Amino acid sequence: MSMGLIDQLPAAPVLLPAATAVLLLLIGDHDGSEHNLSRQTLSARIAIGSALLGLIIAIQLMLQAADGTLMVYRMGEWPAPFGIVLVVDRLSAMMLLLTSLVALPVLLYASGGWAGHGRYFYALFQFQLMGLNGAFVTGDLFNLFVFFEVLLIASYVLMLHGLGRERLRVGVHYVVLNLSASALFLIGLALLYALTGTLNMADLALRAPLVTGPDAVVLQVAALLLLVVFGFKAALAPLSVWLPATYAAASAPVAALFAIMTKVGVYAIWRVHGVIFGADAGASELLVQPLLMPLAVLTSVIGVLGVLAAQTLPRLVAWLTVASVGTILMAIGLFGAQAWSAALYYMAHSTLTAAGLFLLIELVAAQRGEVGSRIEPASPVAQPALLGFMMLLAAASSVGLPPLPGFIGKLMLLQASSAHVYAGLIWTIVLLAGFLSLMGLARAGSTLFWHVRTDMPSGASGVSPSLLTATAFLLAMSVAMSVFAAPLQRYTAAAADQLLDRRAYANAVLGEQGGLDARTVRPYTGQSGGTR
Amino acid sequence: MMPSMEFLVATGIGGVTACGIWLMLRGRTFPVVLGLTVLGYAVNVFIFAMGRLWSNAPPIVGNGGAQIADPLPQALVLTAIVIGFATTGFVIELALRSHHESGTDQVDGAEPGQENAS
Repeated sequence: MSMGLIDQLPAAPVLLPAATAVLLLLIGDHDGSEHNLSRQTLSARIAIGSALLGLIIAIQLMLQAADGTLMVYRMGEWPAPFGIVLVVDRLSAMMLLLTSLVALPVLLYASGGWAGHGRYFYALFQFQLMGLNGAFVTGDLFNLFVFFEVLLIASYVLMLHGLGRERLRVGVHYVVLNLSASALFLIGLALLYALTGTLNMADLALRAPLVTGPDAVVLQVAALLLLVVFGFKAALAPLSVWLPATYAAASAPVAALFAIMTKVGVYAIWRVHGVIFGADAGASELLVQPLLMPLAVLTSVIGVLGVLAAQTLPRLVAWLTVASVGTILMAIGLFGAQAWSAALYYMAHSTLTAAGLFLLIELVAAQRGEVGSRIEPASPVAQPALLGFMMLLAAASSVGLPPLPGFIGKLMLLQASSAHVYAGLIWTIVLLAGFLSLMGLARAGSTLFWHVRTDMPSGASGVSPSLLTATAFLLAMSVAMSVFAAPLQRYTAAAADQLLDRRAYANAVLGEQGGLDARTVRPYTGQSGGTR
Repeated sequence: MMPSMEFLVATGIGGVTACGIWLMLRGRTFPVVLGLTVLGYAVNVFIFAMGRLWSNAPPIVGNGGAQIADPLPQALVLTAIVIGFATTGFVIELALRSHHESGTDQVDGAEPGQENAS
């Protein structure tokens, strides 16, 4: 690959799925008749090939980011802060890799049957990837809004994939709630722009500390509006209840893909409230610190209560996802390099495990006859040893039993919090949440695999190899995080340090002379040409 | 005394937002969709107003040093309008589908007092 192509690489995670999606739309979709099946196969191959290429690009970007390089891609060569920039740092590169690692097995799984249950699954899936990747690489808040909308619009349709009354009922709620959140997002962005005159993240980080007096209060209102929006996407309490309803109603591969979508909200909180309104933000310094920790603790508590109360497997896994978001946001709420390193490690683990679990529970439910995914005694599954072992592995990792990555992540968090004033609370909640999830999962597992009814007709056949491979891949990735824990921890620690280095980020994006010295009048006074 | 332009625009946005929220809290999908649309209008005008209110000032740089309106919010609002238009189209279709599927236009998919089928 030539130098020129390598320089364009930060744009590739957005352009590749966009181009693939358009190609898939052109190829068209099945209309239910037999002779169109080959078209479906072709679409599947293109989609999986594109996801594989995306994985290779993500690995390359992560290797490049690993040495601390901030890759800045200026759209149309417009200088920042005027044009839109894409920035790949260690955090972004890791999120891209995580997205690819979830997308590839989920696509493999969906190609085993689910993709044919509706129209244009592969194209929508690629649009969703485009939105996710774009949200992770953009260095501009308005552009973040646009990518949020791209991924949301794709998710609206994916959520409804397969249709049915329950999906439509929950789908209406999901769409209306997200559209209201988008309205709040725009109000927050407009206020930020009105007070600072910029929406470029690096520029905003320089200008936010300069806003003082009554204006600072309005700026903080804007930032807190954004916390509502991002908190809603991340399922931060008290805005968590939509998640289990939505994820449980969605088809299994879509729910697995949505495991990474929740993390976009977490990522945005990290960038905006962790960094821009984090340390050294003047009057708005550590704005959300008093809010984030209690809300994250509440999220964890609500999550495990949901796990205990869940009566179906999808709801159980969805509530586990909520609980894990609580743990991640607790770590982010600690506002320190060590805690952020723990947050990143735990986020990667919990995303892979949740995605794997969403696929696995469908495999289990498919072998339980009419009872399906309800947590009640049923006829024995056809492959109890295989599925039971996978379930045990995923469950043990979710609750944080050694030597699995969930344990390492929680240990990192506990270590990071030991000097914090809330250390007692954090330790209690993290350990209690782990114990209660363990109880919930043990109850579900023993009902599924041991409390079987021999009086019911069995007739279940084994799971198809391709579905099993996809599920096992996700769980194996999660286990690999344990095996490669040391290099990963070095990476996450470096990523956290890089996030806290606001100066280096600003220099890389805006140039040494950029930012405050740029010829912009802020706030705007109506003068042509600009003043210095 | 004439109220200022700022006062009129601010109260106007506030009034429209209030209507949008009230409609969104209704129980049937049609008022909810209307509410989302109305809220979208209020948000669009709000973004526009965040570039400050100017009269007789074009958003074009280089008209001989005269006053110019901030062009950026106008560009942002264009993007927001396009996205809002697309999502409104989608949510209308979704509401129709939901009506066909459940036989009611209640947002919960069941008439009040009736047990949900799911």
